[in-house]
Amino acid sequence: MFLIECPWCGMRDETEFSCFGEAHIARPLETEKLSDEEWADYLFMRKNPKGAHREQWLHAAGCRRYFNAERDTVSYQISATYKIGEKPPGGSRK
Amino acid sequence: MSKYSIFSLLRNAISYHENWASAWRSPEPKKEYDVLIVGGGGHGLATAYYLAKEHGITNVAVLEKGWIGGGNTGRNTTIVRSNYLWDESAHLYEKSMQLWEGLSQDLNYNVMFSQRGVYNLGHNLQDMRDIQRRVNANRLNGIDGQVVMPEEIKRAIPEINIDQGCRYPILGASFQPRGGVARHDAVAWGFARGADMRGVDIIQNCEVTAIKQKNGAVTGVETTRGTINAKKIGVVVAGHCSVLAEMAGFRMPIESHPLQALVSEPIKPVINTVIMSNAVHGYISQSDKGDLVIGAGIDSYNGYGQRGSFPTIEHTVAAIVEMFPIFKRVRMNRQWGGIVDTTPDACPIIGNTPINGLYFNCGWGTGGFKATPGSGWVFAHNVATGEPHELNRAFALDRFVSGFLIDEHGAAGVAH
Repeated sequence: MFLIECPWCGMRDETEFSCFGEAHIARPLETEKLSDEEWADYLFMRKNPKGAHREQWLHAAGCRRYFNAERDTVSYQISATYKIGEKPPGGSRK
Repeated sequence: MSKYSIFSLLRNAISYHENWASAWRSPEPKKEYDVLIVGGGGHGLATAYYLAKEHGITNVAVLEKGWIGGGNTGRNTTIVRSNYLWDESAHLYEKSMQLWEGLSQDLNYNVMFSQRGVYNLGHNLQDMRDIQRRVNANRLNGIDGQVVMPEEIKRAIPEINIDQGCRYPILGASFQPRGGVARHDAVAWGFARGADMRGVDIIQNCEVTAIKQKNGAVTGVETTRGTINAKKIGVVVAGHCSVLAEMAGFRMPIESHPLQALVSEPIKPVINTVIMSNAVHGYISQSDKGDLVIGAGIDSYNGYGQRGSFPTIEHTVAAIVEMFPIFKRVRMNRQWGGIVDTTPDACPIIGNTPINGLYFNCGWGTGGFKATPGSGWVFAHNVATGEPHELNRAFALDRFVSGFLIDEHGAAGVAH
């Protein structure tokens, strides 16, 4: 079972959390100028890496706040959690 | 290779069944093939089989990184049904159902397809409205289905709990009599043997590490067993399709999740049909050797680890025990996970890609097993002709750009 460190509440059981998928997806500015391809890329296309991944989590049964986590999608090990708006600990990686 | 029959069984009985020939060869990969199929699961092997049988293309290799049928084909709960809401998916899954109905004879391999019926339970008024709508849509598409009430369910499945006072009472169900289960390993082995007999090379322990391209068209792949060239490549790798798409240089609307299943210790016959509940995330049937086969929902996070979280299993088992209080003290024997490739609209992606000669068949999410023959059949057509078949045209990758999604989430439910 996971123990997940909420940046506000500390270590809690995984059943208190929900995963909300890939983090750091910026909503494009001037969406009315987007082509269908660009819009589809923003809405639907995902990285889905095998290995290190950055995701949004919600502490649903706790403080009800979102945060980001860096997690390995093969070992499922969480290497870091950080608040929304903070830089990921490993530096900005595309 | 000899045909399986009562006579071959008798002949081999004389030699104590010690002289059966292998069901398929293990050839060294050639330098070049007409078509490469990446992924030796049920869908990939079915594609190779129908390429050879329907389209006469036999210079084909199936590349499998592990052993055939060792991925999701060997990890699912073997449910087969075709009662989907929308026309596009109903037609595709019904094609598959029709192939299932003659598959053992066609393959000369007993896939143990058993049409024992499938119940999809409803637990609230909205579930029942959706069930009625779906059954009506099915019947308009010529697919069998009926709405059944709790008393009828109880008559068919005496052990089920239809008490209306519990947390998720059973208000009714849809029932597809032609649905059922099949032996998943036999499906992979039967297609492998059928493809191999027609000249297809099945190459195991051969992982693709790069997809070679020139001027926007594929030329071959790099593998752990050397370079293999081909002008046409069909990728059928389920959970790993994003990894393969990244090798080829485009993005997919796919997220891979762990999906878990478990079986109990073998018990005497108690369930002779399949019961699924989308609302509480549990589905159950009983295998021929007596184990209860139970499927859970997906874990919410992405994962390639072929295992999931314990709370997901606990949730499913709680649902099963409420439906069948009699199973409260049955012990579970084994539990495992597979990697499912989920799409935003819970429908597969079958067809051409931005690269010429490269075709993808993926995104089957939690419900690919039932589609195995139909998926292979349409994908073989797509790979052979370069154009989608009428049945898979709507499932193209570009539906995410055009917006013509096929929203099966509500209809097929999460348990698929």
